[in-house]
Amino acid sequence: MTKLVTLTIDDQQVTVPAGTLVVDAAKQIGNDIPVFCYHPKMEPVGMCRMCLVEIGRPMVDRGTGEVLLDENGKPRIQFGPKLETACTTPVSEGMVVRTQTKVVEDARREVLEFILTSHPLDCPICDKGGECPLQNLTIRFGPGQSRFLYDDKIHLAKHVPLGELVYLDRERCIQCSRCVRFQDVIADDPVIGFYNRGRRLEIVTYSEPGFDSIFSGNTTDICPVGALTTADFRFGARPWELKASASICQHCPVGCNLTLNTRREARAGGNPVIKRIMPRQNEQVNEIWICDKGRFAYHYTESSQRLTNPLVRKGDGFEEITWEGAFMLAAEKIRASSKLLTLAGGRLSNEDLFNLRELTLAHNGQTVLYSDMAGGDLTASYGLAPGSNFGSMGGETAILVVASDLHEEAPLWWLRIKAAAQRGARLIVLNPRSTRLDKFARHTLRYAYGEEIQALAAFLPGAQIPESYRVAVQDLQSAENVVVVYGSEGIGLAQSRQLAGTAAAVVSAHGRVGEINNGLLAVWQRANDQGAWDAGFRPLEDLPAALRSAEVALIAAADPAGDDPLLAQALDEAGFVIVQELFMTETARRADLVLPVQAFTEREGTLTSGERRVQRYYPALPPRPQTRPDFAVAAGIGKALGLDIEGRAASLVFSRLAKTLPAYFGLSYTQLAEVTRQYPIIGRSDLYYGGTAYDNHQGLGMQLPLIPAAQPAAAAGTAQRMTITAGEGEILLVPVTRLYDRGTTVLTSTLLHQRLAGKTIRLNPQTAAAFGLNAGEVARLSGANWRAEVHVEVDEELPLGVGLLARSTGIPLTALTAVRLDRLTVASGD
Amino acid sequence: MNALRAQYPEEVERILAKYPPERKRSAVMPLLHLAQRAEGYIRAQDLRDIAEICEISITDVASIVGFYTLYYDRPLGRYHIQVCTDLPCALRGAEDFLRQLSEKLGIGVGETTPDGLFHLEEVKCIGACHRAPVFQVQGDGEIVFHENQTVETALAVIDALREHARAAKGEEA
Amino acid sequence: MNGHILLRHRDIPNLDRLEVYRQHGGFEAFRKAVTSLQPAEVIQIVKDSGLRGRGGAGFPTGLKWSFCPNTIWPHYVVANADESEPGTFKDREIMENNPFQFLEGLMIAAFAIQANAAYIYLRGEYWHIGKLLDQKIAELEDAGLLGEGIFGTNYSLRLYTHMGAGAYICGEETALLESLEGKLGQPRLRPPFPAVAGLYARPTVINNVETLANVPPIIQNGAAWYRDFGTDKSPGVKVFSLSGHVNRPGNYELPLGTTFRELIFNHGGGIPGGRRIKAIMSAGASSSLIAADEQVLDTPMDYESLVGLGASLGSASVIVLDETVNMAWLAQKTTHFFKHESCGKCTPCREGTYWMTHILDRIVEGKAAEADVELLQAVAGQMQGKCLCALGEFSILPVLSSIQKFRSDYLQKVAAPSLEVES
Repeated sequence: MTKLVTLTIDDQQVTVPAGTLVVDAAKQIGNDIPVFCYHPKMEPVGMCRMCLVEIGRPMVDRGTGEVLLDENGKPRIQFGPKLETACTTPVSEGMVVRTQTKVVEDARREVLEFILTSHPLDCPICDKGGECPLQNLTIRFGPGQSRFLYDDKIHLAKHVPLGELVYLDRERCIQCSRCVRFQDVIADDPVIGFYNRGRRLEIVTYSEPGFDSIFSGNTTDICPVGALTTADFRFGARPWELKASASICQHCPVGCNLTLNTRREARAGGNPVIKRIMPRQNEQVNEIWICDKGRFAYHYTESSQRLTNPLVRKGDGFEEITWEGAFMLAAEKIRASSKLLTLAGGRLSNEDLFNLRELTLAHNGQTVLYSDMAGGDLTASYGLAPGSNFGSMGGETAILVVASDLHEEAPLWWLRIKAAAQRGARLIVLNPRSTRLDKFARHTLRYAYGEEIQALAAFLPGAQIPESYRVAVQDLQSAENVVVVYGSEGIGLAQSRQLAGTAAAVVSAHGRVGEINNGLLAVWQRANDQGAWDAGFRPLEDLPAALRSAEVALIAAADPAGDDPLLAQALDEAGFVIVQELFMTETARRADLVLPVQAFTEREGTLTSGERRVQRYYPALPPRPQTRPDFAVAAGIGKALGLDIEGRAASLVFSRLAKTLPAYFGLSYTQLAEVTRQYPIIGRSDLYYGGTAYDNHQGLGMQLPLIPAAQPAAAAGTAQRMTITAGEGEILLVPVTRLYDRGTTVLTSTLLHQRLAGKTIRLNPQTAAAFGLNAGEVARLSGANWRAEVHVEVDEELPLGVGLLARSTGIPLTALTAVRLDRLTVASGD
Repeated sequence: MNALRAQYPEEVERILAKYPPERKRSAVMPLLHLAQRAEGYIRAQDLRDIAEICEISITDVASIVGFYTLYYDRPLGRYHIQVCTDLPCALRGAEDFLRQLSEKLGIGVGETTPDGLFHLEEVKCIGACHRAPVFQVQGDGEIVFHENQTVETALAVIDALREHARAAKGEEA
Repeated sequence: MNGHILLRHRDIPNLDRLEVYRQHGGFEAFRKAVTSLQPAEVIQIVKDSGLRGRGGAGFPTGLKWSFCPNTIWPHYVVANADESEPGTFKDREIMENNPFQFLEGLMIAAFAIQANAAYIYLRGEYWHIGKLLDQKIAELEDAGLLGEGIFGTNYSLRLYTHMGAGAYICGEETALLESLEGKLGQPRLRPPFPAVAGLYARPTVINNVETLANVPPIIQNGAAWYRDFGTDKSPGVKVFSLSGHVNRPGNYELPLGTTFRELIFNHGGGIPGGRRIKAIMSAGASSSLIAADEQVLDTPMDYESLVGLGASLGSASVIVLDETVNMAWLAQKTTHFFKHESCGKCTPCREGTYWMTHILDRIVEGKAAEADVELLQAVAGQMQGKCLCALGEFSILPVLSSIQKFRSDYLQKVAAPSLEVES
């Protein structure tokens, strides 16, 4: 139990844990001590001097150590000769703080006058205006007039692109170093820094590309002036014009809480459009941060390429059809078929998935998840227990991460696991190559691609432990809590099943499954894969065969034909193909019936994160005419089939879901919208300023209870060792996940194009040399039924004999595969 | 390949040996001094090399260059003639000395002689207040004090440096 | 006084050679400490001697050493050889001419806190001293005075030089530590103090060069011997750097408590050209101006007496200003210095020094009005007590004291401002 300390701030008593800073103690009783450089997520630096207050402490008899009392028997308080910074001073027992006296008000005015001498005061054209602490504090405390002669102002560059995502206005910067510290301490990307000194201090970046960090956008939130702005939002709107709608990020299994800022615009026919995406505080999920993909890769929702009408095949093309007609046609085909296959992608909401499930099960169809990963049944039983939070993990917890590059696959988990490791959590990283997490790991263990299951099995009781694993295994065994995180680096579905089983066995052998901060976590490839598993969708190892034999294939939010020619072929052989989509994908092109759906910005729903937290997102934009949410489409088809499927509202679908799916029993939209007070208080719009991240008023979500497993977790048992070896002229190709992938939900955001994963094979220079390849050259890969030209990149950190290839680049690679690799002298241009 | 390490293998090791192995960042300043020896300023490649040796970001290395006045981020002249005009020196005629030296050299403060050899700078206290007028010459990896100067003695120093540079060039050729 | 204690090279030729230094008792104090005293005993002797930090702050040296907790290891000692205060050149003379006495003091300090490594942070401009010290350290290693198992004990010690690169702020001890760690030289927050979390967050003692040079004779001769010099509260000797308008500027080693008159007129040979002394800065540029009158000249220079004059001893860098000096010009000079050296970390110093230079430039160039003098005073006043470190707080001393004591100098500059508007 932390020691509590009682102090008095402006005649009001407050009791807070020892170590609390005066500025935070004051915030807890609603007293906003103004700050610029202090940020409640970072250590104080005491630079801006805005938070100066009077601080007095009880006088103590030096001999006896007793507090001296005055004539009234009250402690005598001694105030120092100088004001003190509330942001750097921890509370102490009996402390007396004065924040409203003349001397404090004078100090605030004086510090502001200093800051304003170097500030351009260009508020009317500044993006921060309206949500700017400098503006707000100047209005509240500042001098009405400056005594500084305008001629003495230094004029500096106002449009400095630090990278393609973030711009710097050097005149506005007040040198608070929040951005520099965020990048260094929180993001571990110290790619921006100060140059020069004194009044000439300026922010610079020397990274290639500039401001090379996937968390860069967060600096624009915590910048207390308009010095850092995003390329996406700058000069786009004024903050006070914006409407805020709560949402959940759709890009990865973390489930970051978002706020979508919208404004009505003429170019959208007077409809609102999204102006920017901001983080929304959820201390158990993303705190107040989001990655740049979440912030910038939303433009697909506003694309002019979106599907706008139901379409039915006519010869080689399509013609429009009414929804009623479409539902009737779909129902007719389903009714006539005995083999319905529903293939769903993990970006669908729980409501969508539930209705698809109801529809499919009613016709004895098969619910298939479009994914290369397994284990969602295991995470349901051995997953993180409710109450678990990376933010509360420390030395008592072992976190084992296997076969995952978290920095690319789930950035916020990377950030929070790193922070846990810095607090002492026993981080064990098991991966064939180095990743950004290694630096923070107590133990970094390597295995060869294909041997992940054997490697992980060393952590099972009674296992043969390789010498290099011994210390790590002991560290995990002696931990109070155990979390195992598994990903899909270099792994296909078959291996994933075994890996998940082994991981679950490790957790249940050493961890206290069901207790807080214990459990199994899958780094899913899509935001709601867990929800899909919970709804009964399962990935299939032989998806081509299943598609081929389907009489009706209902495909939602998945583009198998675009990903793999083999699947495209299979689809051509399938019976009637119905596709629910946003875009005319390769799969939609092959469909018989194409049904246009709504983007997440236009509707509501829930997603279940990898941590099995169910979270609500809300509509921010009116739906496009003639589009429907996926759940309503499924309900429409169901209705035409005479089924009772709820399609009127997401909340009503959820009520049914909560009566059907055991883990969701009893949950309701109301519950999901509940909010409790979160610390730190970030104070978005007040004078104690945590940044422009939004407060959470729309729900922290609910973590699902664990469902008892049907059988005890079993390791892969007699796991077949992967026997894939590369023959003469072949290379072992490793599928890896890259943050900036080439999926349909990313490609439309042109801002990110410079950073997208390319058709590139990454090789150890020695491996490249063995194939006669040099960096920058072009090579040809020849698979069983495909060929592709790829650029060659070399990386000394990679193991020998393998080539890394990003998923989603159009090359059909779902598992570790031996493929022929040839040097090409000239790119053929295809 | 790390060019700095290749060029000065022993010096780099000697510098690194001064600090605990897990505190390589401490070596950034001595390595910058070392890197500056060759061309009199820090090149982009030096930043990368030092970042790699110290295991920090290039931006962190560049920040150090920007903060400290004895590092230069661009070529300004082989020899930096740094004249102190701070208070104690000014009381002993340093401002006049600088003005005259500037006239004789035919360049203003902050300018470089046309031959690219000398860059004239006005600097803050260098710790020779009792022997003003005083200047230091930064160049060729050294900093050398010249105290109790007159314009004539200063010009003699500069002539000697010019001669040295010419001779060295002759040797190279 | 019979000979020098710190500037002994002035009495003994070639004292910078190891054999000469050893012939004159060199490293006997270190031997005594390592072979016959406990670390705590060494600290006690230094405490008893009353030695106070000679870098400017005057903190009791032995007390500083005693703060290092024995629960956190390793400990470090750092010699602050970043001597950069305008008017200060004493450490330089000690290191150039009597380097072993300084190094011996550093080695004793290291033993006292059981540090096995010590760094000497030199300002970059002292390049030649860096090279010289590297050579002396190598000689000590060759002589077995540094390295493993010194004097056959299990105590080991290594010394390393570290060159700065032009930043006055690095004389501030926490900025120095940041710089030594390879970061921007910006001051840290305190607490924690370096004695608890200093270099690499380990307990660290940082002492000025001159302070350390005092240590060998104190250990050798005892605390009582040292207390024979100076005053009760300011025992010992001090090297005074005398500069500005005097006939014989230079370093003078004198007991604390010596009067200004003796330093300036007896040792420094008085004011050139028979001009009148107008003011004194006692702690380099970081000083309030002392208007020089007869009574002031008879004030003893020790820590306490100078506080009585509204000034401070600081590093005892005495800058003499004669009647020809206009104090607005002086304030302009010092303010430009502080503006140039402000690290930029805290607002009042970063913005205040910049603002003040602009006002002062206009005043000195005759382009200001009397209201600008009031404004200058206000700007300096509103920096006061708000800065993160002493640099900013000291930067206003010459400004405020010159306005207060020599207002007429300002009025002279603003008497006839040009009313022409420059196009």
